[in-house]
Amino acid sequence: MVENNRWGNIFAHLVLILGVAIVVFPVYVAIIASTHPPGTFVRGVMPLWPGTNAWENYTTVITEGRSRAGTPPIGGMMWNSFIMAMAITIGKLSISIISAFAIVYFRFPFRIFFFWIIFLTLMLPVEVRIVPTFQVVADLGMLNSFAGLSIPLIASATATFLFRQFFMTVPEELMEAARVDGAGPMKFFKDILLPLSITNIAALFVIMFIYGWNQYLWPLLITTDPDYYTIVMGIQRMVTGGDSEPLWHLVMATVVLAALPPVLVILFMQRLFVKGLTETEK
Amino acid sequence: MASITMDDLHKVYAGGVQAVTGISLDIEDGEMIVLVGPSGCGKSTLLRMVAGLETISSGTLKIGDRVVNNLEPADRDIAMVFQNYALYPHMTVYNNLAYGLKNRRIPKSEIERRVREAAEMLEIGAFLDRKPRQLSGGQRQRVAMGRALVREPAAFLFDEPLSNLDAKLRVQMRVEIRQLQKRLGTTSLYVTHDQLEALTLADRLVVLNGGVIEQVGTPMDVYRKPASTFVAGFIGSPAMNMISMDYLRENGAGGAVDHLPSGTDLVGMRPDDLVVGAGPEDAVTLKGHVVLVEPAGAESHIYVDLTGSKQPITVRIAGLPELAEGAEVQIHALREALHPYNRETGRRTDTDAAHGPTSVSRRSHVGITS
Repeated sequence: MVENNRWGNIFAHLVLILGVAIVVFPVYVAIIASTHPPGTFVRGVMPLWPGTNAWENYTTVITEGRSRAGTPPIGGMMWNSFIMAMAITIGKLSISIISAFAIVYFRFPFRIFFFWIIFLTLMLPVEVRIVPTFQVVADLGMLNSFAGLSIPLIASATATFLFRQFFMTVPEELMEAARVDGAGPMKFFKDILLPLSITNIAALFVIMFIYGWNQYLWPLLITTDPDYYTIVMGIQRMVTGGDSEPLWHLVMATVVLAALPPVLVILFMQRLFVKGLTETEK
Repeated sequence: MASITMDDLHKVYAGGVQAVTGISLDIEDGEMIVLVGPSGCGKSTLLRMVAGLETISSGTLKIGDRVVNNLEPADRDIAMVFQNYALYPHMTVYNNLAYGLKNRRIPKSEIERRVREAAEMLEIGAFLDRKPRQLSGGQRQRVAMGRALVREPAAFLFDEPLSNLDAKLRVQMRVEIRQLQKRLGTTSLYVTHDQLEALTLADRLVVLNGGVIEQVGTPMDVYRKPASTFVAGFIGSPAMNMISMDYLRENGAGGAVDHLPSGTDLVGMRPDDLVVGAGPEDAVTLKGHVVLVEPAGAESHIYVDLTGSKQPITVRIAGLPELAEGAEVQIHALREALHPYNRETGRRTDTDAAHGPTSVSRRSHVGITS
């Protein structure tokens, strides 16, 4: 800012603080709630200061879960979610970068046609095609399996499209230089295109991981075996399962734990992301 | 090291656009050939055909004794320097140089030796661990050259390598490229649209226009005897003045041009060959008034509108003239400085004559070594 207006600064900060407060407050409440003993919430008053039961609540959800209500300990569910999110992310990234490579760098019949077919699927979210997809997965015997959890969600028009846009900005001379240097298409892809795409891959990794981690409807549909429950649907089962009042303190502890991996991914990837941004140049 | 032989090369793009139409050219081993022409003349296409980056529609291309029409660029034993350098941005300078060698499975110690050698030759030894983006334009240019050098190819291909540099650096790199090429004695094909670069670099110059060769020759041959009005206008700066025979006859210069071969209806005169003031009896003398004087340091360009014709002509003189804009002037050109052309064919009319060059620029005796 050129102008150094004191009151302007204060006002701007007030607005920003207010905005952050609105966003952070629910998260704060969740964290606070996970530290109180059972029964606090039944009274109908939300405490705003940490309680004393944090250790107990967290050890309960991690080691026991709510076995009586059919919810396993969350360690297993976290692991399932992690496997599913990683499978979706890595699958999406590899398939879309390869198809973008094919579309941009190879001249084959109906190239544009295939591109538009991929692009069209952008307009169909998972929910729209969920019934036929379920039928296919069921017929293939992939219910209650990691394959069933991840494979139907792997195809990604968005990532293909983004990679295509990125590849088109890579100067053609780089490819030609590589050809003169004796690098075939695959070598060019591995030695030049992939390293140049690192930032894009990091950014998409974050987005895709969160997408995969937060999958709710699909796992709910195709898993009936608690061994394959994911954490996000686990939370839902915790709230609705059982005869008693929802045990909010445990639910909130689970919520906090479920939010951790995406946060970690963002923190870790952000470093790579920024590093990539500052060190790469086309 | 090898010769390059082009025999009736054609390039037709999908859609029927003819980029290169029947080019035949023999490049001798160790020769530096410059392809020059305006944009769209097919010079880059031709170079890329030699490189293997464009397919050859018809004709034969040989590098050495091998027909390379259908070989991949990497198998043609050539190295190319690109206009925008095309360095691999994520690799260090060392790896940029080494990449092509690694792909050829050359032993590590040999790669190391070649890279160090090239780096020393190009004075980029201090930057080997840096990434391209940490280098200046001139240094990147050197790295791009180095990448070609380490390959020790049969031929170097340069695609307007200096056009992204500033003027001063361009001159410096031009000199260095020429010295390097002479020292290594590697056959080179160099594309540029800059006629000065072409004149200074080439052993032989190939002027292209519309996908065909207008003229091939040593720079001084081309400069002294442009084979067509196109070459006359393209090589030499400022461009050659073209005055119609009719105008010359009507304005009393007929006697000086009557000896030109029949079929001549355009007479070319280089700005350097025009002299302000009255000349000898048999010189072409023109009258006009000064429109603009452009001082350019050691020389000045005078723009003159001829009397009785709207045609502007350019005169180049040394130093600064004592001429005001609007002044009436007489200018003359010696008989030997006339270039006769036919307007319709665009060709020179005195080329069939066996008696050698008739038009010799006064200055061009200096430093002809071809």
